[in-house]
Amino acid sequence: MTKSELVQRLLAAHPELHVQDLERLVNVVFEEITHTLMEGGRVELRGFGAFSVRERKARQGRNPRTGASVEVPSKRVPFFKCGKELRERVNK
Amino acid sequence: MYKPKAVTRADIAEAVYHEVGLTRKSAADLVETLLEEVSRTLTKGETVKISGFGNFAVRQKRERIGRNPKTGEEVPITPRKVVVFRASHILKDRVDEGV
Repeated sequence: MTKSELVQRLLAAHPELHVQDLERLVNVVFEEITHTLMEGGRVELRGFGAFSVRERKARQGRNPRTGASVEVPSKRVPFFKCGKELRERVNK
Repeated sequence: MYKPKAVTRADIAEAVYHEVGLTRKSAADLVETLLEEVSRTLTKGETVKISGFGNFAVRQKRERIGRNPKTGEEVPITPRKVVVFRASHILKDRVDEGV
């Protein structure tokens, strides 16, 4: 399912609404999550899951072509942990 | 260290209410419907692709041998399905840069 298919499904559930509003809604939801993570925050959606930021330490990497040792700087990466209810549902 | 409160459904619904021409009630209902549609799709084993954000997919895990960390006893971990999220490069870059 893509973002536009998700919009179509929301429209099917709410035919009284405008497709433009539903597109904005979907964008706002994912933008809110993104902005929270950019600030280093956490998003908790009970039953669905939680988004957070994890710190990856700097490490010594290697250029696979030349074999030269390079410093890979530390970075922050988005992380999603599936919620209990969703985890149980996908296993049914 | 100061730990801000996590953002919840209610906060997201509030943002939707402010940015889209919907009532508070309608905004909250739609956030719920959105999460339910994503969950339902994953439950069917289908991948959910949100461009600019990332992909949610279901992966099948085989049985493996685990260990009870308390007793050290070996226990089989049954085969199961897990939801995995792969962040898009756009999201990864934005989170790493924090701007």
